[in-house]
Amino acid sequence: MHSILFTRPTAVWLFLLFLTALSVALAHDGLPELAQHIVTISVIVIAFLKVRLVGLEFMELRTAPLPLRAVFETWVTLVCLGILLLYLFPALF
Amino acid sequence: MQTNTARAAPHIPGEEGLWVLVLGDMMVFSLFFLTFTYYRGQEAALFAQSQKAMNQYCGIINTVLLLTSSWFVANALNAARAGMGARAQRLFSLAGLCGLGFVLVKIFEYSGKFHAGITITTNDFFMFYFMFTGIHLVHVLIGLAVLSYAHRRAGRAVLQPADLSALECCAIFWHLVDFLWIVLFAIFYLMK
Repeated sequence: MHSILFTRPTAVWLFLLFLTALSVALAHDGLPELAQHIVTISVIVIAFLKVRLVGLEFMELRTAPLPLRAVFETWVTLVCLGILLLYLFPALF
Repeated sequence: MQTNTARAAPHIPGEEGLWVLVLGDMMVFSLFFLTFTYYRGQEAALFAQSQKAMNQYCGIINTVLLLTSSWFVANALNAARAGMGARAQRLFSLAGLCGLGFVLVKIFEYSGKFHAGITITTNDFFMFYFMFTGIHLVHVLIGLAVLSYAHRRAGRAVLQPADLSALECCAIFWHLVDFLWIVLFAIFYLMK
């Protein structure tokens, strides 16, 4: 049991749970528009930070060949930015 | 000597072919995420109103279940690498139980929607919700079969490199299922 609890995956898992709790705590209804935008940007960025952590740590892309890691990191960055752009500037699309 | 060289080089987790599937799936889901956000921008009031009918507790429980299952799978893989097949089997079982829990919560959530008269044809928000979470649920079901296979494979008397590679593939698929849900949870339940 000791060898499960004090491992790198455990630290990552606890941090992922913390990030989940943080994004749930942030996401409130009835906020002023600017605050709502800040909350949503935070929630989306936190979600993709979690995705990146799962990829790098659990899927072991941290120690994978650079091209594979780069494809993953590019996907995370582009999809996160794409969602934020569509959210912040819906009139542009 | 060859072994040492191989260990020093960056290691491709699982098999190269699996990554084609994983990256392909990531591309498909990225289109889902962007499509949803685009329509959300076009029908902001409708989407905000519809989101109020979402059961946030179900989303939170399912997120915790998948993150925890991923933790079990990561530890199972480490146990298998350390030659502790029986321990790896137990951890894969626990991950599978979390996955089953996810399915049960999803069934509960869907049935709640149906009882409230909400279906895939109610509006665009719920069309995307049922379609995308439904496709994700199929991934979870496939993932459960994959975990069951991993459990069996980890039970071999001596784990060979081919067994470990197969277990890595199973783990990667399950983590994919986990992180796709992380984004679905953010856009359907938390985005304001």
